[in-house]
Amino acid sequence: MEKDLILKVKNLKVVLEKEVILEDISFEVKEGEVLTILGPNGAGKTVLLKTLLGIFPYQGEIIWKKGIKIGYVPQRLPFIKNIPLSVKDFFELKNISEEETKKILKEINLEEVLEKEIGKLSSGQFQRILIGWALAKNPQVLLFDEPMTGIDLPGKGTIYSLIKRLKEKRNLTILLVSHDLNIVYKFSDYVICLNRKILCQGKPQIVLSPQILEKLYGGEVKFYKHTH
Amino acid sequence: MDFQLLLSLISGIFIGGAAGFLGTLMLSKRMALVAGPLGHLALPGIALALIYNFDVSLGAFPFVILGVILIWLFEIRSKLPVEALTAVVFASGVAISFLFLPMEKAEAALIGDISKVPLKATIAGVILSILIAILVKKIYPKMVLINISEDLAKAEKIDVKKYNLFYLLIVGIMVALGVKMVGGLLTAALVAIPASTSRNLSRNLFQYNFLSTFFGAFSAFLGILLSKILSLPAGPLIIIISALFFLISLFFKR
Repeated sequence: MEKDLILKVKNLKVVLEKEVILEDISFEVKEGEVLTILGPNGAGKTVLLKTLLGIFPYQGEIIWKKGIKIGYVPQRLPFIKNIPLSVKDFFELKNISEEETKKILKEINLEEVLEKEIGKLSSGQFQRILIGWALAKNPQVLLFDEPMTGIDLPGKGTIYSLIKRLKEKRNLTILLVSHDLNIVYKFSDYVICLNRKILCQGKPQIVLSPQILEKLYGGEVKFYKHTH
Repeated sequence: MDFQLLLSLISGIFIGGAAGFLGTLMLSKRMALVAGPLGHLALPGIALALIYNFDVSLGAFPFVILGVILIWLFEIRSKLPVEALTAVVFASGVAISFLFLPMEKAEAALIGDISKVPLKATIAGVILSILIAILVKKIYPKMVLINISEDLAKAEKIDVKKYNLFYLLIVGIMVALGVKMVGGLLTAALVAIPASTSRNLSRNLFQYNFLSTFFGAFSAFLGILLSKILSLPAGPLIIIISALFFLISLFFKR
C-alpha cells in the first residue's frame, strides 16, 4: 500500500441474508482526509461503514494501514437509556480512567456532565459524548454514522465546529456517512456517491453535478451546489 | 432461632442477592425474560428430582443447560427474537413435566420450597451464588456494551457470541439455584424485579448494582421469615415482597 494511504478498498461486495447490499466498491482514503459517503436512505452507507469496522462479512479487499486505531461513532444508541449509566460509567466500560475521562470531556467542552446520567443528556450533548468516547484511546481514524441525525440546528453547528477542531488538533482521518449534502460541502475533501454501487467519487465541487445528484436520489429530492 | 430457619435464610439471602445482581444485566433489550423459559424448561428436571428425592437444583441443571444451548443457537442461527423461542420452550417445559409429575409434588415444583434446605445444599448454594457474583462482575463492562449496541461492542473487538454464551450459562446456573427457592414459575421474577426496582432509584451503575443486590437479598430474607411466621409458602411471599418494593420505588422514580 502506498505510504500516505490509510485505507484501501478493492472490489468490495457485501451480501446480507442473500441480498446484495454493496457491489463493486473500490476507493482509497489518504491520511488526514475527510471522506463523506453520500447517498439516500437504504443505499448501504451504514453497511459499508460497519463492514469497514469488521462487523459484517464481505468479499473483496479491505486493507487498513498497519497498526491503525479506529474510533467509531454510531448513529444512535436507543438501548443505552435502559441502563442507569453516568457519563463516567460509560467511559469506564472502555476502561478509561476518571482522569482521562475528565481530559476528554474538557476537549469536547462538557466538563460539567461527568456524574450526569447518559439518558438525561440533550441529543447534542450525547452526540458529543459519543465523539469523546470514540476518541478515547487515541484513534487515528474516526468513523461517523450520520453525525447530525436528530440534532437541532444550534447543536449541529457545535458538532461541526467540534469535529473540525478535533480533526486539526489530533490530525484525524475522518470517514463520514450522511444523506446530508451540507456536510459534504462544509467538510469533505472527497466524496463517494453510493447507492448499492459507487455512482461517483472525487472532489465534491467537481463530481457533484445536478445530474449525478438526481441519479443518486432518484429525482425525488432536488439538491443544488452551494456556492459559499 | 432454629437451625433450619437459619439455613433457609442464609440460602435465601445469597441466592436472592446473586439473582438481583445478575438481573441488572438482564434488564437490557432482549435478555430480560430469558430466565422465564429457562425456569419452565427446568420443570421436568425438577419433577424428576422430586419423584426420586434428589436436589431440585441438580435436577434442573441439565434441562437449563439444554435450554441455554437452544437459545444461544437460536440467536445465532436466526434473527428471530428470543421471545419466539420463549413461547415454544415455556409451554413444552410445563407440558412435559405434567405428563409424569405427581400432583402432590406440583406445588414445590412450581413455586419452590426453601424451608427444608439441608446444610450441604445451603453451602453449595452460598458458594455458587458467590461464584455467580464474581463471574457477573467479570463480564459486566463488556456485557453492558453488548447490551447497548452489539455493533459498538464488535467495533471494540469484543467477541459478542462468546460473551452471550458465557452470560447465558451464568443465567443457567442462577435459574437452577432459583428454582429451589421460588420454583419454575417464579424464577424470572427473582431476577427481573429487584433490577427493575433498582433501575427506578439509581442514577449510576454502582447504585444500580448495589440496590438490586440489596433488594434481591432483602426480599428473600423477609419472604422466608414471613413464611415461617404465617406458615405460607416462601416462594410466592418473596416475589410479592419484591413486587411491593417495586411498587414503592415507582413513587420515588427519578
